[in-house]
Amino acid sequence: MTELVLARAQMAMLFAFHIVFAVAGMGMPVLMVAAEWAHLRTGRPVYLDLAKRWARGTAVLFAVGAVSGTVLSFELGLLWPRFMEFAGGVIGLPFALEGFAFFAEAIFLGIYIYGWDRVGPTLHLLSGALVAAGGILSGVFVVTANAWMNSPAGFVPVQGMPSGVSPLAAMLNPAWKTEVLHMTLAAFAASGFAVAGIHAFKLLRDRENPFHRRALAIALAVGGTAAVLQPVSGDFSARFAARNQPAKLAAMEGQFRTERGAPLRIGGIPDAAAGRTRFAIEIPKALSLLAFHDPDAEVAGLSSFPPDERPDPLPVHLAFQVMVACGSAMALVALTAGWLAARNRDALFRRPFLAAAAACGPLGLLAVEAGWTVTEMGRQPWAIHKVMRTSEAVTTAGGLALPFLFFTVLYAVLGVSAAWHLRREIAASPAGGGPTDPGEG
Amino acid sequence: MPDAPTLLSGAMLVSLIFYALLGGADFGGGVWDLLSRGRRAVDHRRLVASAIGPVWETNHIWVIVAVVVLFTAFPRAFAVVSTALFVPVTLLLAGVVLRGAAFAFHAYRLHDDAEPGRWGAVFAAASLVSPVLLGATIGAMSSGRVRTESLVFTGDTSAWLAPFPVAVGLLTLALFSYVAATYLTLETPDPGLQDDFRARAMWSAAATAFLCVLVPVLARSGAPGFYEALTGSEWSVPLVVLTGTSALGASMALRLRVYTLARACAALQSALVIAGWGLAQYPYLVRPNLTIYDTAASPSMLRLMLYALAVGAVFLFPSVFALFRIFKRDVLSGRHARRP
Repeated sequence: MTELVLARAQMAMLFAFHIVFAVAGMGMPVLMVAAEWAHLRTGRPVYLDLAKRWARGTAVLFAVGAVSGTVLSFELGLLWPRFMEFAGGVIGLPFALEGFAFFAEAIFLGIYIYGWDRVGPTLHLLSGALVAAGGILSGVFVVTANAWMNSPAGFVPVQGMPSGVSPLAAMLNPAWKTEVLHMTLAAFAASGFAVAGIHAFKLLRDRENPFHRRALAIALAVGGTAAVLQPVSGDFSARFAARNQPAKLAAMEGQFRTERGAPLRIGGIPDAAAGRTRFAIEIPKALSLLAFHDPDAEVAGLSSFPPDERPDPLPVHLAFQVMVACGSAMALVALTAGWLAARNRDALFRRPFLAAAAACGPLGLLAVEAGWTVTEMGRQPWAIHKVMRTSEAVTTAGGLALPFLFFTVLYAVLGVSAAWHLRREIAASPAGGGPTDPGEG
Repeated sequence: MPDAPTLLSGAMLVSLIFYALLGGADFGGGVWDLLSRGRRAVDHRRLVASAIGPVWETNHIWVIVAVVVLFTAFPRAFAVVSTALFVPVTLLLAGVVLRGAAFAFHAYRLHDDAEPGRWGAVFAAASLVSPVLLGATIGAMSSGRVRTESLVFTGDTSAWLAPFPVAVGLLTLALFSYVAATYLTLETPDPGLQDDFRARAMWSAAATAFLCVLVPVLARSGAPGFYEALTGSEWSVPLVVLTGTSALGASMALRLRVYTLARACAALQSALVIAGWGLAQYPYLVRPNLTIYDTAASPSMLRLMLYALAVGAVFLFPSVFALFRIFKRDVLSGRHARRP
């Protein structure tokens, strides 16, 4: 049992770390390509400077993402050999495709970062676009594999092993579309808002700086669009869970009793022992309405599932609340930005909005971590929904405390160093009064 | 036409050869960074960093291709390897993480100061340790000491701590350092630096040759099944002759300072060493009793993997080619090294 907890803790830590860099790998290339495209269109050097600086940040984030992703591809086998034995032959295809997408990303990132003076402008922009495409596709394929764990398809279990395998059906499992859409939008929103937050923070002290103004505008356009679309995608995901993973939905919403016209709970602390969620603000019938688009629809409660098939509602509900709160705040800021930009662009660079944008900087990444907690903790006790329990998937190798400790320390050092390098890069950004020499730094 | 498991294991072998020739040289570069001493140490480090810079992320991915094919096409073998060789694989991962991240931090710092810094040291040290662990893991898979019953791993996890796997680990290190030094002679027009790496290439060539003899000798008792296949097959003699000839060719070319020829011979020699390992290991993935046939995934998955690899190759080989053409054109043709 303790080994299982240690394996789960280590996996959670590795993912919590990697997902930040994975998200940056999906979102950052889009920003850097947008800046380069603006440069080619307008000829203004400030955009070229911006593209180069964002590209350097992308390279550091990509490097850390690449190695932490490599660790995960091995750790799946090291910590969950039974899972990989079962799943590798069913859901391996998207991993293979992810390998290729990642390959393309690495090749064209090399050309992009080191090739400013070696390839023509169009080819350079195209390389950037391929980096972005590779990054997005990598994410899409990996999320497809995770979607399969939520809605396994493409095989029949026979004596504990898959049979009649159809890898395409496994890859195109029922959950893939909703999950991929949600994660891709989340990656754009999180990267866009994190970058916007940094530039907004800089602008608070240096209001007229044209470099940071342009950067803020691009980052908000990318992140804001995604943040406004995300609630729609969230609705798809919640309705998918309602139909296919009712126990997960019940845990997300802190719904213990099965009832018609179930209320939506905002906040609150689920108390599994008492079988109710305390201190929540309840909006009558809203959960039934949201989950099934019918105010009187029946929502299954946790108590309708066998005790050993229930996820723990406490972390799932709390993480869900955090995710929704962050997402709502970002959508609100994005809508405000759109409204301000439409009326008077200068209003974007006044103090109140800049402060709000700076405050929203970390929210996207926080929402990603929370959302990932919801989907993983909400799937428990299953590693593969209704097919394999997490406790059946874990390794028989003992002594997992040591690698857990080791990787935690290692990643702490890596995270701090990556942050330090990025901070240095940001500190070297041009001061007000116009772009400086783009080669510096 | 070979069957699907053979084709897929062949694809893994090809990925590993590319990894050794490209990624391996990046590891070797780190080794030479670590061992650089004296007046020109800073120049050595700069040369290594500039040679690796644009291509190392791409070079790293060959091993990911091999691992993904392993866990997709042969999931049981992956499960056994990750359980039985938990320790070296975990340590190897730590090395990969440290080296990759350290290089990124180190390379971006090199622009503003010549001090290697702490990350430079981490990059170099991880480059030294990781190849040994990689080789020891592969050696353990060949040793016949990873025992399984009805495809489930049983027994102890110390198979990699024996003379044979450790020797394979050292051979991997020597080989990576050797190809790196040989390539580096062509990365600089400075004759002093060329001579430094020529000397390093000759030393590591000798170490590689010695280990290429020692490994089969140790295999006799340390990996008997592997030894039998390595020495008793119809391809054994031609392989040894070819490998020996390319090794001699590389040494002669280094002596005569014909660096393009030395590089070609060293690369061929390395490819042959790895191909020889693959041939002797075939059809086993983990000796003594896990073959590519009894660990293979369903035929439909194998077929799709082959399609995916074919489509991926059509797209990726030209892209990799473009990458190397953009950054290494002069290096590849040898023109860079002749520039005044």
